[in-house]
Amino acid sequence: MIGSRALRIEDRVLLRGAGRFAADTQRAGELHMRVVRSPVAHGRIVSIDGTEALRLEGVTAVWTYADVADLPAIGFRLTPREELLPYRQPVLARSVVRYVGEPVAVVFAESSYLAEDAAELVDVEIESLPAHLDPDAEPVVWVDAEQASWAAGNGERLPAQDSEASVFTIGYGDVDAAFSSGEGRVFTMDARIGRHTGVPMECRGLVAVYDEAEGQLIVDGAAKVPFWNREAIAAMNGLAPSQVVVRETHVGGGFGPRGELYPEDVLVTVAAMRLRAPIKWIEDRQEHLMATNHSRGQHHRLRALVDEDGYIRALDATFTLDQGAYVRTHGATVASLTASMLPGPYVIDNLRVTAHVRLTHKTPAGTYRSPGRYEGTFARERLIDAIAHGLGLSREQVRRRNLIGPEQMPYERPIQAMGTHLVHDSGDYALLIDKAAERFDFPAIRETVSRRRAAGERVGFGFGYFVEKSGIGPSEGARVVVDSAGAVTVLCGASSVGQGVDTVLAQVVAEVLDVPHDSIRVVRGRTDQFQYGRGAFATRLTVMAGSAALNAAKAVRDKAFRTAAAELAVSVEQLRIRGGVVEVEGAEHGGLDLGQIAGILEPLRASELKEEPGLAADGWFHTDHMTYPYGLHAALVRIDEGTGRLEVERFMVAYDVGRALNPLLVEGQIAGGVAQGLGGAMYEEFLYAADGTPQSTTFMDYLVPTAAEVPPIEMLVTEDAPSPLNPLGVKGAGEGGTTAVAAAIASAVDDALQRPGAIDSVPIKPDTLRRLLQPTTTHDVPTKE
Amino acid sequence: MTRSTVPVRLYVNGDRYDIDIEPRRTLADALREDCALTGTHLGCEHGVCGACTVLLDGQPVRACLMFAVQAEGASVRTVEGLAPDEETLHPVQKAFWEHHGLQCGFCTPGFLTLVTGYLEEHPEAQEDELRDVLSSNLCRCTGYQNIVTATMSAAEEMRG
Ligand code: FES
Ligand code: FES
Repeated sequence: MIGSRALRIEDRVLLRGAGRFAADTQRAGELHMRVVRSPVAHGRIVSIDGTEALRLEGVTAVWTYADVADLPAIGFRLTPREELLPYRQPVLARSVVRYVGEPVAVVFAESSYLAEDAAELVDVEIESLPAHLDPDAEPVVWVDAEQASWAAGNGERLPAQDSEASVFTIGYGDVDAAFSSGEGRVFTMDARIGRHTGVPMECRGLVAVYDEAEGQLIVDGAAKVPFWNREAIAAMNGLAPSQVVVRETHVGGGFGPRGELYPEDVLVTVAAMRLRAPIKWIEDRQEHLMATNHSRGQHHRLRALVDEDGYIRALDATFTLDQGAYVRTHGATVASLTASMLPGPYVIDNLRVTAHVRLTHKTPAGTYRSPGRYEGTFARERLIDAIAHGLGLSREQVRRRNLIGPEQMPYERPIQAMGTHLVHDSGDYALLIDKAAERFDFPAIRETVSRRRAAGERVGFGFGYFVEKSGIGPSEGARVVVDSAGAVTVLCGASSVGQGVDTVLAQVVAEVLDVPHDSIRVVRGRTDQFQYGRGAFATRLTVMAGSAALNAAKAVRDKAFRTAAAELAVSVEQLRIRGGVVEVEGAEHGGLDLGQIAGILEPLRASELKEEPGLAADGWFHTDHMTYPYGLHAALVRIDEGTGRLEVERFMVAYDVGRALNPLLVEGQIAGGVAQGLGGAMYEEFLYAADGTPQSTTFMDYLVPTAAEVPPIEMLVTEDAPSPLNPLGVKGAGEGGTTAVAAAIASAVDDALQRPGAIDSVPIKPDTLRRLLQPTTTHDVPTKE
Repeated sequence: MTRSTVPVRLYVNGDRYDIDIEPRRTLADALREDCALTGTHLGCEHGVCGACTVLLDGQPVRACLMFAVQAEGASVRTVEGLAPDEETLHPVQKAFWEHHGLQCGFCTPGFLTLVTGYLEEHPEAQEDELRDVLSSNLCRCTGYQNIVTATMSAAEEMRG
C-alpha cells in the first residue's frame, strides 16, 4: 500500500460537485461583508463617509478604523524578527493607506449584491502622496513614530521607521579574506525575479457565526494553518481558544498565500461576534490579485571567487526583497529562506549573504511555493552558467565540481534555515545528474539542438540544479480510531490545500492495519477534532503527519494484538493481522476482526484488560531538523524569430524524494509545480504604473499558463537517498517541481540565443526576446558542452 | 428601496426550479444560491477561468457571464447532473479520477462539463484539438497533463 499508485480517496466527492468550499457554506440570516479598498497607492485618509451606503435597505453596518480601533495589528506566525514589528498591518487602514487594495472600510448587507452596491456608495476621500515603488532606491521614511509604536504593539515608544524593515547577514568562513587573497577569478551576476504569486483557483473566503447555545465562535473556510489562526482569532476577540472552532472545508489550492491570517479574516470573526449574525465574506478575483499576498520580487547581486577548475571558494551575495506595504504573518520567512538556501547543492567554502527587506507601496508579499529557493536558485544557477562560460568549461562540469559529495553526508552548513541547523540529511547529487542524463538522453538532446540550430532554428537546452527543504517540525500528531463496525478513522492536526494528504495518510494506516485505504476516513483541519496542528506549509505534511499516522496505526495494531491475545488465550507473538482481521499464525480460521476487538474494548471489559477504553491510539512525531530533497530541471526551448514567442518543447524533472509514498501523487505535485514555475518564468507578473496603480488585476493581464503553454512534464522520481530523519524515509515532494524552473528556462534561452548571460531576469517575455534577437555587433558565443 | 425581482423558470439536470430573482443575478449565482447547486464554482467572474462552465442546451457556457433570466426555459446541465446515479460516475469523471486529473478539485466541475459537452458533440476529437479545447479553462494544481490524458481516455471510453 505504501509506495503504490493508489487512487485518491478525496476525489469521488469532488468529481460529483459535492465538495464544500468556502463559498458553499450558507447560513440562515447571514450578512455579506464587502471590503472598501484604497484606490490609491499612498495617501492620507481625509474622510470616510458611509451615510449613503447605510441608507440602502438591507445594509446593516459600515465600519471604518474607528470601529475596530481596539484591535491590534496582525501578528507574525513565522520568523518574527523584532525589527519588523512596526511594519505590521492594521485590519483597517488607520490614517494612511499604503497600497491600492488596502482595506479602509467594510460594509455588511443582506446579500452579496447589495453589499457591493453599498461599498460603492461609501465615500472615501484620500489625499494622494507620492508612491515609493522601487526597492532598490534609497530607503524613505515609511511610518511615523505614532504608527510605528502602535504597529509594534509592545508598549515601547519607537521613532519613525524607514522603508528598510530589516537587513541581516548570514554566512560562514571569511569571505573578505578569500577575495583579498589575490587568487582565483571573480564572477558577478545581477539577477531579478519578478513579482508573482500562488493565485489558487479558489479565491479566499470565510464564514463565521457565534453559536450562543454552545458559546462558541465557529469559523468555516479556513485553510493551511487553522490551529494557529484559532489562537490568533481567539486573542483578537477576547475569547479562550477553546471557545473558537476553526474548520477547514475543501480548499481550492494553497501554494503559500492562502490560509494565512489576513485583515479580512479578522473582520469576519469580529463582525460575527459584534453583529451577532453569521458573516460571510468571499473575495473576488480582482480583490485577490491586489489583496492576497504577492511573492518573489527579488533582486540579487552575486559575486563569486572561483578557481580555474570552476571550484567556488567564496560567494558574496546581497539581495533586496520587495516586501510591499506591510510585513504580514510570514515575518522575515522568505528573506531568511532565500539567504540560507542560496548555496543550494554546492560546497562553497566561504559564504556571506545579506538580505534587505524593503517596503514599497504595493500589495504585501509573503510565501509562494518554494519561497526563496525559486529566487535564489535562479540567481545562483545563472551565476554558475556565467562561471562555466567564463572559464570555458561545460555547464555540467562546473556543477559537478562543486556538488557536495555523497561521502560528505550528512553535510552540515553552519547556518540556520527556518530556525533549524541546516544539515543536508542525505543525497547523492552527482548520481542524479548521471541518472537524468541517461533517462532523458541529454547527449541526444544536445545533438538535436546542434542539428536544428545548424538548420537555422533558435533552439536551446539548459538546466538548473537545486536543493529543496521539507518536513519542518517540531511536531505533528494523529489519532487512529476503529469503531465497532471496524471502520477506521484518522484524526489529525494536518491540513489540506488540495494536495491529497488524506490519501497519503490513509495509505500509511492501511498498510499497518491491512485494510483498503479507501475504506478509511480522514478528518483534519478541524480544531475541535484534534488538539494540535502546525499546518500545511513548507512541504511538511507527508513527513510529519505521515510519520505520526504511522506511529498511531502501529499503536492501534499493538493494542488490537494485546486484546486479541487475551481473548484467544494466545501470546501476542502468535498473532498477525490480515485484511483487518487479527488471527493466530497458522490457524485455518477464527480470529477477530478490528470491529470485534473494538467491541471487546468497551469501558468495563477494557478496564478488566487493563486497557484504555476503545480501539484507538495517538501517535506523535517530533523532529528538530528538516529533510532536504534535491533535483534537477532541464528544458528544451525554441524561440520564434519573428514574434519572440518562447516555446517550451520539453521539460524534464529528476527529483529524489527519499521515498515516494504514492508516486501518482508525487508526479502530480511535480507537474503542478512546474506549471507554476513556468508561469513565473514566462508569463506571470504584477506590474505597477508610476503612481502605484496595479496593472495586473484580472486574468486578462495576469497570465496563468493554460494547457496550451504547459508541455507534458517528463519525470524521473528517484529514491536513492531516503531521509534518515523519519521512519518512512520520505522527503516532501510539494515544491521541487517549481524550484529550478526559471533557472532551467533561462539557461535554455541563453543557449537558444547563443548569448551566455543574456537572460538575467524573469519573466522572460516576447519583447525581451525580440530585443535580444536584434543583430548586434558582438559575435555570438556558443555555450560549451 | 426594495429591489424588484422577476420569476424565472430554470430546468437544471432535468429538474424544474421556479425562482424569484433580481434580473441582474448571474446564472452562476442563481444555480449556486437559489438552486443550491454549489458544484458550479466561481474562480474569476470575468469569463477567463472556466470554473463556472455549465452546459446550456448541450453547449459549454460561462455561467458567470450570463444572467439567469437568459437561461429561462433552456436546459442547463451542471456537474451535479453528469453522473447517472449515486453509485456510478460519468465516464469523464471516472477518467479524471483514474488519471489523477484533479488535486484541489476547484476547477474540476468546469473541466468536466467542458469535456463532456465537447466530447458529446465531437466524439472523434484527437489530442491536439482536445488540448486546444482544454486551454479554455484554468487549473492551478495539476499542470494539465493528467487532465489531457484523462480527457483522451474518456473520449475513447465514450466512443465505446
Ligand atoms: S468564473 Fe466564470 S469564467 Fe471564471
Ligand atoms: S485541481 Fe486545483 S485548480 Fe485544478
